Amino acid sequence: MKIGFSGSIFVLALLIPLVGNAGEVESANSAKEEIRQLQLRVEDLEKQLSESKPPAPAAPTMRAGSAYMNVSFDVLANLGWSSTPDAKKLQPGDHDPSQRGFSLRNAELALDGAVDPYLKGFANIVLKTDASDGTEIELEEAYLLSTSLPAGLQIKAGRFFAEFGRQNAQHPHTWAFVDEPLVLNRMFGSDGLRQNGVRFSWLAPTPNYLEFILGVFNGQGGDASSFRFLGETDANGVERVYGRATQDRPLDSVGDLLYVPRIASSFDLTDSQTLVLGASAAFGPNNTGGDARTAIYGADVYWKWKSPRAEGGWPFLTWQTEFLGRNFQAGADLTAGLPAETLHDWGLYSQIQWGWARRWTLGLRGEYVTGDGSASGEAAAERSTEARVSPDVTWYSSEFSKFRLQYNHEWREHAREGDAVWLQVEFMLGAHAAHKF
Amino acid sequence: MKIKTIILKTALALAVFLGTSASGLAKLNVVATTSDLGSIAHEIGGDLIQVTVLAKPMEDVHFVDPKPSYVVKLAHADVLLEGGAELEIGWLPPLLEGARNQKLGAGQPGRVGCAEGLSLLEVPALLDRSQGDLHAAGNPHFLIDPVNARHAAKRIYSAFSEVDPAHRAGYRERLETFTRRLDEKLPAWQKALAPFSGRRVVAFHNSWPYFAQRFGLKIDLFLEPKPGIPPTPAHLAEVIDRMKAEKIGVIIVEPFQNRKTAETVANRTGAVLIDVTQYPGGIKGTEGGYIELMDYLVNTLANALSGKTR
Repeated sequence: MKIGFSGSIFVLALLIPLVGNAGEVESANSAKEEIRQLQLRVEDLEKQLSESKPPAPAAPTMRAGSAYMNVSFDVLANLGWSSTPDAKKLQPGDHDPSQRGFSLRNAELALDGAVDPYLKGFANIVLKTDASDGTEIELEEAYLLSTSLPAGLQIKAGRFFAEFGRQNAQHPHTWAFVDEPLVLNRMFGSDGLRQNGVRFSWLAPTPNYLEFILGVFNGQGGDASSFRFLGETDANGVERVYGRATQDRPLDSVGDLLYVPRIASSFDLTDSQTLVLGASAAFGPNNTGGDARTAIYGADVYWKWKSPRAEGGWPFLTWQTEFLGRNFQAGADLTAGLPAETLHDWGLYSQIQWGWARRWTLGLRGEYVTGDGSASGEAAAERSTEARVSPDVTWYSSEFSKFRLQYNHEWREHAREGDAVWLQVEFMLGAHAAHKF
Repeated sequence: MKIKTIILKTALALAVFLGTSASGLAKLNVVATTSDLGSIAHEIGGDLIQVTVLAKPMEDVHFVDPKPSYVVKLAHADVLLEGGAELEIGWLPPLLEGARNQKLGAGQPGRVGCAEGLSLLEVPALLDRSQGDLHAAGNPHFLIDPVNARHAAKRIYSAFSEVDPAHRAGYRERLETFTRRLDEKLPAWQKALAPFSGRRVVAFHNSWPYFAQRFGLKIDLFLEPKPGIPPTPAHLAEVIDRMKAEKIGVIIVEPFQNRKTAETVANRTGAVLIDVTQYPGGIKGTEGGYIELMDYLVNTLANALSGKTR
């Protein structure tokens, strides 16, 4: 199924340039016409010469805005408290505030620039401090992007966030809240779906925005936790995922890679209202059995209203919702007394952001995530039902800094309700940030 | 077998689709980031081109949302006209990345940065954001000087005739008409504002140095304490004191700027508050195009400065 889908995209990709070339039959200009063109050009040049003034005085001429590389450094630092002593129990995201008191989980060096006339390059290197105040380094993203393919095609290759839904591919400083939605942590692990691989994209030549994307990845490790991930080590030194001892599955065929297709479209409802719709999926094997596979499906909606007289971007109102569902084929683990079964999980988050006055936004997010079909107590706890509600308020001192206060209240099936309050401060140095819609 | 027929049918449908869109390319498809560039493009292209403007004329051009529909417009464009000098830096790069249009690649004839070749004012000696949101290349609001508009028109003409050489003669005729009109109008505009030479006008944001220089005004006192930083009470008090001391009688405000703040200052100083714009269509009466916009600005300012508006 998935191979067939990607295959037909490739075939289409090959066909389009051919069709395009066939259409471009240039009508040969007659010699007379050519001479007339040349005459006009000569006249233009003569005119330019006659009009040319002495060279402008040594006034500062326009300086190019960018050098070989744009460099920026962005820091997100947190201060806060959680009702549970181990804040990580309430905040599973890797860039979330991680402990009571102060924490710094995202100091990001971002580099980008044109590699040559055909490619652009991007890199994001993240530094973060852990509970023992050590510094972890993470090569979050490092990829190239094609700039000169024909027929609306584009290729991204390297290490990058999979374009699944809206938030997964966004960097923490563009999020509307200090933490990642629970459902994304459940499906993709603490740090989002991020892999080495390649992504093909085709912008359809339609009057409305319509983009087809296919990501192909290794699908291994904690950044693809629903796929070929060995899991956490238990007390006996056995690595387990949802109670099952895992085994490392090498890539036997291209079918063992992780495939992430996406389709996205957008409509301008009015001059000041825009709607973006998307549907995504991820298919690949997991490590709980010889032929166990995982499928994740997602749908996302983003709506934005911005005043036609917006000043500095305010006032505005946005609504963003993502739904994700997963079928995880868990292999049998007879030693652990677990049968082969399919685990179903689903969840969603929905959030609004209201920028009511210049520099200020109010946000509200509601979340729900749940799982069923598990025989193991441990697996059930990892996949229990959780709900969270989070209001926040943000003040942007400029485009390059912000202060955010957020409150979380969380309901958990197998644990006490939890509360947390976080104050986050962001500052950015260097290149001017330009964000996608 | 079935898959083959499906692929063949899809390819056929695509061929028909691309074929029809190719026949629609008789007109040069021009995208302009702002409506002033769009209006000059129309002066030069006339019926030979089809112009799409991205930023709405009332909108703050530094903060345009890079909507997906703009990606599509750029993907279909033959020519992109941008101000350049970082005016569109916050939103154009991701749009171009998404549009993946080879014709608009850096250095292509279809990519027209209208600031190129101009000596911009206020190029900062030091890039220091404690001084507000500065533009490394200089002040990007250059097109509001008619002499710079003349320069932009020439650049646009060169681009059109390079991308669409078959219509060079038509473009040149229209360029000459537009340039002649500008050359006729400029002395009249200068004459209308000449009686107020050296007078100071208060603006919300530092977007008028080119206009001030051309017409002998001083527009160097701003409601914003620093570029991009919203007015503070302390700074406004300073501005009010200075306006009273120097008897400054006119404040100008653009459609997206906070009119209430400007009204407060006007009330406290007895100054006249007038609505202005740099973009055709930003204010009623400026929809006609660049020349109508300049007419509006010069007349409104002359009236306000002579006390007729009061």
